[in-house]
Amino acid sequence: MKPLKRLVENVEPHFAEGGKWRKYWPLFDGFATFLFTPGHPTHKGAHIRDGIDLKRTMSMVILAMVPALLLGMYNVGYQHFLAIGEQAAFMDIFMYGMWKVLPLVIVSYGVGLGVEFVFCIIKGHQINEGYLVSGMLIPLVCPPDLPLWMLTLAVIFAVVIGKEVFGGTGMNILNVALTARAFLFFAYPADISGDKVWISGVGEQVVNGYTGETALAQFAKSGGEVAAMGGQSFASQADFLWAGFIGLIPGSVGETSTLAILIGAAILIFTGIGSWRIMASVALGGLAMGYLLNGFSGAFPDNGYLAIPPYYHLIFGGFAFGAVFMATDPVTASQTPTGKYIYGFLIGVLAVIIRVLNPAYPEGMMLAILFMNVMAPLIDHYVVQGNINRRLKRVKVATHG
Amino acid sequence: MAKTIHLKKGLDIRLVGEAALSIEPASVSDTVMIKPTDFVGIKPKTLVQAGDEVLAGSPLFFDKNNPDFKVVSPVSGEVVEVVRGPKRVLLGIKILADKSVRSLEFPRIDAQNADADTLTHYLCDHGAWAFIRTKPFDAVAFPDIKPKAVVVSGFDSAPLAPSVEFLLKGKEEAFKKGLEVLAKVSGAKVFLTTHTKANSAGWANAFSGTENVAFSGAHPAGSVSVQLHHISPLNKGEFAWYVHAEDVARIGTLILEARFDGSRRIALTGSSVNKPMYLETIQGSSMASLLKDQKLAETEFGNRIISGNVLTGDEVGQDGYLGFYHHQVTVIPEGKHREFFGWAAPGFDKFSLSRTFFSWITPGKKYALTTNMHGEHRAFVVTGEYEKVFPMDIYPVQLLKAIHNDDIEQQENLGIYEVSPEDFALCEFVCTSKIESQSMVRSAHDLLYGELVDSRKEPVHH
Repeated sequence: MKPLKRLVENVEPHFAEGGKWRKYWPLFDGFATFLFTPGHPTHKGAHIRDGIDLKRTMSMVILAMVPALLLGMYNVGYQHFLAIGEQAAFMDIFMYGMWKVLPLVIVSYGVGLGVEFVFCIIKGHQINEGYLVSGMLIPLVCPPDLPLWMLTLAVIFAVVIGKEVFGGTGMNILNVALTARAFLFFAYPADISGDKVWISGVGEQVVNGYTGETALAQFAKSGGEVAAMGGQSFASQADFLWAGFIGLIPGSVGETSTLAILIGAAILIFTGIGSWRIMASVALGGLAMGYLLNGFSGAFPDNGYLAIPPYYHLIFGGFAFGAVFMATDPVTASQTPTGKYIYGFLIGVLAVIIRVLNPAYPEGMMLAILFMNVMAPLIDHYVVQGNINRRLKRVKVATHG
Repeated sequence: MAKTIHLKKGLDIRLVGEAALSIEPASVSDTVMIKPTDFVGIKPKTLVQAGDEVLAGSPLFFDKNNPDFKVVSPVSGEVVEVVRGPKRVLLGIKILADKSVRSLEFPRIDAQNADADTLTHYLCDHGAWAFIRTKPFDAVAFPDIKPKAVVVSGFDSAPLAPSVEFLLKGKEEAFKKGLEVLAKVSGAKVFLTTHTKANSAGWANAFSGTENVAFSGAHPAGSVSVQLHHISPLNKGEFAWYVHAEDVARIGTLILEARFDGSRRIALTGSSVNKPMYLETIQGSSMASLLKDQKLAETEFGNRIISGNVLTGDEVGQDGYLGFYHHQVTVIPEGKHREFFGWAAPGFDKFSLSRTFFSWITPGKKYALTTNMHGEHRAFVVTGEYEKVFPMDIYPVQLLKAIHNDDIEQQENLGIYEVSPEDFALCEFVCTSKIESQSMVRSAHDLLYGELVDSRKEPVHH
């Protein structure tokens, strides 16, 4: 690697202060620090530093998403062949999914990083690693057949309006990936909701018995016995649950497999990158609200959603994916440890409320997280106020006691 | 039965180069330097000029903000230079030391029967007041502001820090005397703190008249502000004093022998030192003399010589001098290397609070960390890190934000008087975004300390 290192070191002066390409320093720095860790030593403060930096952190999150990505690719192909009623070999299934998903990933990264680079050059600051995670999250929460131009618009909207106008990575209020998805959801509802979009390449040629409704909608309609979904039928309710758990049901690219998401969660928690407090409390909030709503199912038999067993919420739809990869975004979540419990719990509660009481929005999780993104600073405010009050009380005791 | 406070948060950074428990006299330092920059908020006025002869105990300068405290010479010799920086700021007083120390003979004092004021004046006049510092602010104490508590930490939890017990070996009588004097001068309770692992059992019991509190847990358990937070937290307007244990012994020596004790024991540590050990030396001695018998490791980018520990110490370089309050010198390799795809490497050799590197496989391993930043400065992104290494009921991130916003009221609300810059050293260490928080707290304290100094100058109108 010596020659490459020498090349980087040789061109560096051109980008440094006074160099002819000074303007493009962020671009150079972005590439140089991608190839080689920066050689900066400490100047003041602690003389030694933890090995971690934002690049490492973000790589870990991406690593944690890889199982969901791979299973998602396979599932895209799997659902496709099921829906058109064809048998296919494992590799064919995977390759079909890969060819569907890879363009989404490439467009998401290409457009998103491009926008970031432009902003960094305009503002003259270093390229932040934030989009490395958003860039992977966005395709994973999109339907597999999403037109690439829509994705492009969504990414530009999310990066510019969701992040850069607030000052870039670390300053945004809303989760960037969810901003992109919300943009799609409201701008092109036909392409991101409804019955047809969750299975790739079906068009008109669907087999008999095909239905494209979400798993929970099917459950609610069927009164608790889901016999078929997408192009597949289930012999028993346990089969249906199992398919949902390993992720072989229709849905957005990366959110169907609870198993793959749990592997990701394990990576995030073990490395210390993802907040277990948020993940656990989202799950708890969802379960608690689910059980509570179950109690009303007798009173309102018309709403089949009320009777959904609470753990279904954790397995189906974007709940698990949102809890593990979206709610835990440290920039938009509550920052205090206590606040994280409250924030997560309320996301779980809200997601289930929206799902059950307003099934027109199948993705309650997205709306719940975005809403709590906005509320997170308020939660922190009250948590911190509690600390302030403890301190004030102590002063009173000291002066009067 | 002493009470034990268990701290669950914190981090022990495992480094190579711990000093072996053996002590040798350092080679005699040709020159020593006493640096006013080692004192917080000081406005020094020099009392000597180049060419003056001084004895150990002769005053060198005093603080115009706190005129009762004087800094005295630790050695006898000749003042060779009054070092000044830009705008004639006094940076140090350099003394060419005699081969053997001659001390100024002070009048003896009967500490047993002297009252607090007399004792206070005695300490101020003879250079020992400089050892007594306050929380908050870490400045030298104002003799007329009595503290609510005095803390003497019986252990130092910083990376590679010296064993306080070992620093005090053979000086127990003087230490005991010093503790008595502190109790009398302060009129407050003196807490002697120990660590369940770092101290030998029953060590603190030998020193009567103090209240012993034991701590368990990782660094920064040894930080006096952390200890105070759990023993007797400071409210606005309250002060506590703290003195390093070895300096307590030097206060004791002043009373017992009526001379200024300029000696100092230090631990010479760090992965670049070939024989990490303890040295018997003199306050303000030169790095050249301390490192004379050492062969520093040959590294690609040279070594960094730090007076103090790796988290809070000062980079002084080969030509530098030991800091006034430092009991440790650390030498580690400079780290300017670039690593190919370092962010993706397994990282068996990387120390991290997180488990993002495969070094988690070897939990007991000791590291030879360099001064490499391991990344670049970024906006604050990752939450929950600081809280893992901050063992106080204080929100470090929110406090730093209040400092960043110059919101003094919010700083007070969030506990600015209970923290010290050093408490944020681990936050700085673990920070993914490489945000330097010690200097932020320092600047906030400087502002508040300045207000305190100003308020003491103004005449009070009723």
